[in-house]
Amino acid sequence: MRHIISILLENEPGALSRVVGLFSQRNYNIETLNVAPTEDPSLSRLTVTTIGDDRVIEQITKHLNKLIDVVKLVDLTEGNHIERELMLVKVKALGAARDEVKRTVDIFRAQIVDVTPSLYTVQITGDAAKLDAFLQAMAPVGILEVARTGVSGIARGDKVLSL
Amino acid sequence: MELLSGADMIARFLKDEGVEYIYGYPGGAALHIYDALFRQDDVKHILVRHEQAATHAADGYARASGKPGVVLVTSGPGATNAVTGIATAYMDSIPMVVLCGQVMSHLIGDDAFQETDIVGVTRPIVKHSFSIRHPSEIPEVLKKAFYLASTGRPGPVVVDIPKDMTAPTERYEYVYPKKVKLRSYNPVTRGHTGQIKKAVELMLKAKRPVFYTGGGVVTGCASEGLTDLVKKLGFPITTTLMGIGAYPQSDKQCLGWLGMHGSYESNMAMHHADLIIAIGARFDDRVTNNTSKFCPTAKIIHVDVDPSSVSKTVRADVPIVGPAGSVIDEMISLVQGRTVENAGALTEWWEKIDGWRGEREGKLYEPSKTGEALKPQEVVEAVCRVTRGEAFVTTDVGQHQMFAAQYYKFDKPNRLITSGGLGTMGFGFPAAMGVKMSYPDDDVVCITGEGSFQMMMQELSTCKQYGVGVKIVNLNNQSLGMVRQWQDLNYKSRHAHSYMESLPDFHMLIEAYGFTAITVTTKEELAPALERAFADKHELVFLDIKVDPFEHVYPMQVPLGAMRDMLLSKTERT
Repeated sequence: MRHIISILLENEPGALSRVVGLFSQRNYNIETLNVAPTEDPSLSRLTVTTIGDDRVIEQITKHLNKLIDVVKLVDLTEGNHIERELMLVKVKALGAARDEVKRTVDIFRAQIVDVTPSLYTVQITGDAAKLDAFLQAMAPVGILEVARTGVSGIARGDKVLSL
Repeated sequence: MELLSGADMIARFLKDEGVEYIYGYPGGAALHIYDALFRQDDVKHILVRHEQAATHAADGYARASGKPGVVLVTSGPGATNAVTGIATAYMDSIPMVVLCGQVMSHLIGDDAFQETDIVGVTRPIVKHSFSIRHPSEIPEVLKKAFYLASTGRPGPVVVDIPKDMTAPTERYEYVYPKKVKLRSYNPVTRGHTGQIKKAVELMLKAKRPVFYTGGGVVTGCASEGLTDLVKKLGFPITTTLMGIGAYPQSDKQCLGWLGMHGSYESNMAMHHADLIIAIGARFDDRVTNNTSKFCPTAKIIHVDVDPSSVSKTVRADVPIVGPAGSVIDEMISLVQGRTVENAGALTEWWEKIDGWRGEREGKLYEPSKTGEALKPQEVVEAVCRVTRGEAFVTTDVGQHQMFAAQYYKFDKPNRLITSGGLGTMGFGFPAAMGVKMSYPDDDVVCITGEGSFQMMMQELSTCKQYGVGVKIVNLNNQSLGMVRQWQDLNYKSRHAHSYMESLPDFHMLIEAYGFTAITVTTKEELAPALERAFADKHELVFLDIKVDPFEHVYPMQVPLGAMRDMLLSKTERT
């Protein structure tokens, strides 16, 4: 099963490599990885999506917790949560397809953020399935380049991941 | 307030931290630190002949004393030579602090002379690592390093120190930090009381219980409590290789150690148990054999200080995360005044175990007859007799390691010092040096083989410099015995590169360093040679003992089988 694990990490040199290294050392899988500073300059928030059965996920969270640089973590998939990913896509936009792309962008509630005579750059946010669906819809038109951020997430309701 | 250079801070910190010995080897990036060590007398630096030996010596010291071992090496090759020793300590959860010189910080990343990213290289084999970024942070970082290395589940910590951080010209305030806090590191100090109660209820109801305890009891200094608990309950106990001595092996309740080359009765008892009480052990593959066939009828209580060890390979029915010592103490207080509910079943269980014991008694190996080559097993038994079972025994890796663990009887913890997890050849001799320096009046024996010994024999020079009187028992079978055994069993005796050709004349080699060597080839020579070797505790003596090269280690678990599936000799199996 796919899990989204969010981690508050010491904002120290090498901290990220310890997390990433752990996954490769122990033969765990990283689907997506997303990391950025938080409002507290001493902390980064890292979100990783991984696939594994309950036993594997239990080991992943235990080993992550053992890393000295990991301050706190939560498996978001254990409860209700919001999951988002941002994607920038360059698609061909020539002739009749130019309107078609615009219509599809509207349907997906995406935005065109850059334009040239031959292509559109589209920005779209949503869960991974929505982004995949958009790529599928654009495939016949011609996808030139894709940049995805990887999943970021947060729990629904009053639950807060903080120190 | 005192102003000190980074290098002087390191020397002063080590003194304030109570460090007695530091094992190391100088080089460019560590020279400021060496100069600081030169100008003080509190911390004694031991100059080894190879950095790997520094880590093994510090490791041996740590295992015997329970205090963190300290290593100082230079950047680049100095640090990479230490890697095997760091990995050895990591696998066996040994507290160690490794100070590595590094090129000057402005050169880092430029492929400077003797530069390696040692923090990167060692990342998977350390508990944690630090890079010093400003001299003023040295005291706090070092304190954190010692704190992390020695608390919770212990392990090695690497501190990378760029040369400019130790420059003698720059001085900063030094205060010894008595305490440090890391917000993300809070090792558990006690187990969950509800879980412990649940475990004790299972224990009191058990019909066929077995204690299975490991290195966590030794490093957690919980041997006394364990012995008390096991005696109170009257249950059988088996330990892992790393846990040997945590319960006296001469006691009737001790079945010996378990696993691949463990005792027949231990493995049989584990397989047939209805309750396994695992404390400070990690269900390692050399113990469990095939986990899907592991102990089919047993419920499992698993106590470990490291949550990631619990349910890692074998699912625990009652997981308890906590240090062995406090959990055992809590168990004792809950058992107090109560009796086991199935005393009859326990008696039957003991009858069964004694039956297994009886089956193998006197059949473990065939002692040599006059005129035949000595058996390695009888040599270890003779070493045990001459040292009254009280020596510190270090080993290297292979057949001799298993024979040492099988035939030397340990009644105290911290006495068998062996690389159980990583299985590092070359560990035994430098580890023995580390032990001997802190226990000069005890017998310290390195039981080794001619293959392993040659990996670290340069340390004879270190022993000469510091007058280290270890005894080296070289079980010389002229082959890499364990490799050869596997080749006999699995490769139709095709002995690919397991024969040691061109062995040195060990007698002359040892004498070249000014030490005494005794060669033993016959049974008659063995006892007098050992008497002579152990006569003076402060003299290094090397015993080159020619043993039967065809001997195998048994029992040996059948690969992918259950605990009870064992080869018992070259012709018998369960």
